[in-house]
Amino acid sequence: MPLELTDQARQAGQRLHHFHGGLHLRHHKKISCEIPLENAPLPTRFYVPLLQQYGKEAEVTVTAGQKILKGEEIGCYSHLGSGCVHAPSSGIVKAVARRPISHPSGTDGWCVVLEPDGLDEWKELEGVTDWINADPALLRQKIRNSGIVGLGGAVFPTAYKADDASSRGIHTLILNGAECEPYISCDEMLMREQPDSIVLGARILQRAVGAARTVIAIEDQMGAVHRALKQSVERAGDDSIDIVRITTIYPEGGEKQLIQVLTGLEVPSGGKPSDLGLLCQNVATASAVAQAVVEGKPLIERIVTVTGNGVRQPRNLVARIGTPVSDLVEQCGGYAKDVARLVLGGPMMGYALNSDSNPVIKAANCILALTEFDIQPPQAEMPCIRCGECARVCPAVLLPQQLDWLIRNEQWDDAADCGLADCIECGCCDFVCPSHIPLVEWFRFGKSELRKLKTERKQAEAAKSRYEAREARLLRTKEARRQQIREKKQALGNEAEKQKKLAEAISRAGQDKNARRDKNE
Amino acid sequence: MSRKFDTGGAPHFPPHSTVASVMQQVLYALLPGIVAYTWFFGPGILVQILLAVIFALLFEALMLKARKQPLKLFLGDWSAVVTAVLFALCLPPLAPWWIALIGMLFAMVVAKHLYGGLGQNVFNPAMVAYVVVLVSFPQVMALWPPPASIAAHSLTISEVLTTIFTGGLPAGLTWDTVSEATPLDAIRTSLASGHLVSEARQSPVFGDFGGLGWEWIANMYALGGLWLLWRRVISWHVPVMMICSVVTIGLGAYLVDPGSNPVPLQHVFSGALVLGAFFIATDPVTGCTSNRGRLFFGAGVGIITLVIRRWGGYPDGVAFAVLLMNMAAPLIDRYTRPRIFGH
Repeated sequence: MPLELTDQARQAGQRLHHFHGGLHLRHHKKISCEIPLENAPLPTRFYVPLLQQYGKEAEVTVTAGQKILKGEEIGCYSHLGSGCVHAPSSGIVKAVARRPISHPSGTDGWCVVLEPDGLDEWKELEGVTDWINADPALLRQKIRNSGIVGLGGAVFPTAYKADDASSRGIHTLILNGAECEPYISCDEMLMREQPDSIVLGARILQRAVGAARTVIAIEDQMGAVHRALKQSVERAGDDSIDIVRITTIYPEGGEKQLIQVLTGLEVPSGGKPSDLGLLCQNVATASAVAQAVVEGKPLIERIVTVTGNGVRQPRNLVARIGTPVSDLVEQCGGYAKDVARLVLGGPMMGYALNSDSNPVIKAANCILALTEFDIQPPQAEMPCIRCGECARVCPAVLLPQQLDWLIRNEQWDDAADCGLADCIECGCCDFVCPSHIPLVEWFRFGKSELRKLKTERKQAEAAKSRYEAREARLLRTKEARRQQIREKKQALGNEAEKQKKLAEAISRAGQDKNARRDKNE
Repeated sequence: MSRKFDTGGAPHFPPHSTVASVMQQVLYALLPGIVAYTWFFGPGILVQILLAVIFALLFEALMLKARKQPLKLFLGDWSAVVTAVLFALCLPPLAPWWIALIGMLFAMVVAKHLYGGLGQNVFNPAMVAYVVVLVSFPQVMALWPPPASIAAHSLTISEVLTTIFTGGLPAGLTWDTVSEATPLDAIRTSLASGHLVSEARQSPVFGDFGGLGWEWIANMYALGGLWLLWRRVISWHVPVMMICSVVTIGLGAYLVDPGSNPVPLQHVFSGALVLGAFFIATDPVTGCTSNRGRLFFGAGVGIITLVIRRWGGYPDGVAFAVLLMNMAAPLIDRYTRPRIFGH
């Protein structure tokens, strides 16, 4: 990495920058911030999916009928280290069955069905109280075993990111508290009510990855949050933590956009923030890290914003992973009369659930119940009129209408050249499109086709090199065989010559005989 | 008890804008210009607009039917109406009715639907239509009435209707009394006969900057255009570059040879330049999509317009300039792609 880049990145937050495009959206956040944080009650059944939205399904480690304690591991996927899921409460495993999981595709997946016994009895917890002097590797190990993933919605294993960051060497940890999607307020409530946990998590993460400082980025409209965090930092007496307020514009909470706002630098295409010496984590993730390391508690709950005009009393709930969504809505006074759509996540990037029996997952930052009025009947898709609004708002500086055209015409190489892989799927282009073209859906499709093509090409490449190796080998054996024959011939050289002379002599004799006979006649 | 929900794709918001709302805003923005036009040149232009809209919708409907496209959806997008109004605003107000018919036939059938309908056309349909009738019927298209204030005889509504629908003037009138050279024509013919621009400007058809009446119509178009800019229906790149290129090059030419070049504001305020800058060259479908591309596109239209006005065979060149730049738009787009984030 060039030195001046590092220096620039090190100045993170000292001067604020802009990113291209973006949208000013109405917030709708207040409605869910009026009631303090509450715990969701124990449901009668937990349905804990082994797949938390992205990545691979964890391998189940319990069987039906087994009695387990709260916090015990029920599934683990060892490859990335922290795709583990843990029991949200103590009780009996009723089944491991395929059930609807909360997933964009709306498909079923393996779930551990747990009947809580009501005792809510923790397994034996082992915390690292002396984390200040602990080995960073041990801290990362703890994070890995606690099943911590990015709680901003991407659910990427935190341990994987931390390992990468510490091996590449980073200087600044960025905690993302800029919750840019409308309606969602879970991070805001967490920062307001439990700032100490976030600051503690920041310090632990800083040690675990070897960062020199932390920047906590929040939105400029979160006054109460700023005060709470500032006091908490003062209490902790850690002067390596800065709090920066950034302008609220969607999607400034996206990792790449946040880094650009704070540093003015762009994460290279196909690269990671660690290329710039940065690590980005959500504030809720930091809080989960603090609980995991200091108290030894794995990630079994998260704050969920239950909001929208379709629910009677919107609020934020601390909900266990695996709780059915219907239980949360019930605690918020049930649905309003004209509820029409249930969304997991925010209105820009969230996906609609087909049933409220779906469980809360680690990615579920928000349950959004929308009314007929909020969504309005779907509009007919029109042809693109090339107005260019999509390009104006695209934070990745793409030309969405051109990409859309290339994807529809299956011009995959051109689409790749035009940066299809750089799309962050923020939905800004969809939002402004006057022709109501589902651009992001096309881009997701295009990306999966690109990936398919890439593997196909790789396979073809491998087959080709295999074939070439085989041809070369055959050629070599053929050559060796020829060489052998040549050598053999050389060895028989004299013999062959004798034979040849003999044959010549015989033919000469024959010719003479013929000549004489001709003469006689 | 679990509850089922209908699903739908993100974003979960009511629509932000529609094609129809974009087109409607363009029409609203044209209103001040149309009012000024009517004020200075009489009700003929309203009849032309009405005729063009009727023919446009008719041909659009026929073509949609032939192409088996949903009628209601596409007739309701207002794009045909925008094309018709822009075309009509280029016509002499007393042009016979079949000019609108032929123009809209070419605009809707050839320029729009044979290329694949809304969003697929390479050339601006209104300008294709205008150029077709201009080239095919030059005499009819050259009969412009003078502004009402200097007209020898101002036509009544019934006289206007008679002229448009019969193709001939009411008894007792000749084209010499009701038509007059347009400002750009006046400059052209006087230059051709060896006079100076300043001499040509003695003609009563000139106002303070441009043509009498025309300059105010241009102001009203600009007002509508600024509203479109403010509403973010169009971006500033095309109009600013188009007008700036005309003004700077026109100023250079004027300074070098003031005898045969009019003052640059004369260029801006006569003919279709302002209309073209805000309403025609900004057509998204046939223009450039990236902002940098739009800069080149606008400059190109401005320069070609000037070249045609100065050396070409027609007094005004906006329509030809737009069509020529339409051809160049894909190429410009290809070379003005913005740098992608992180590349």
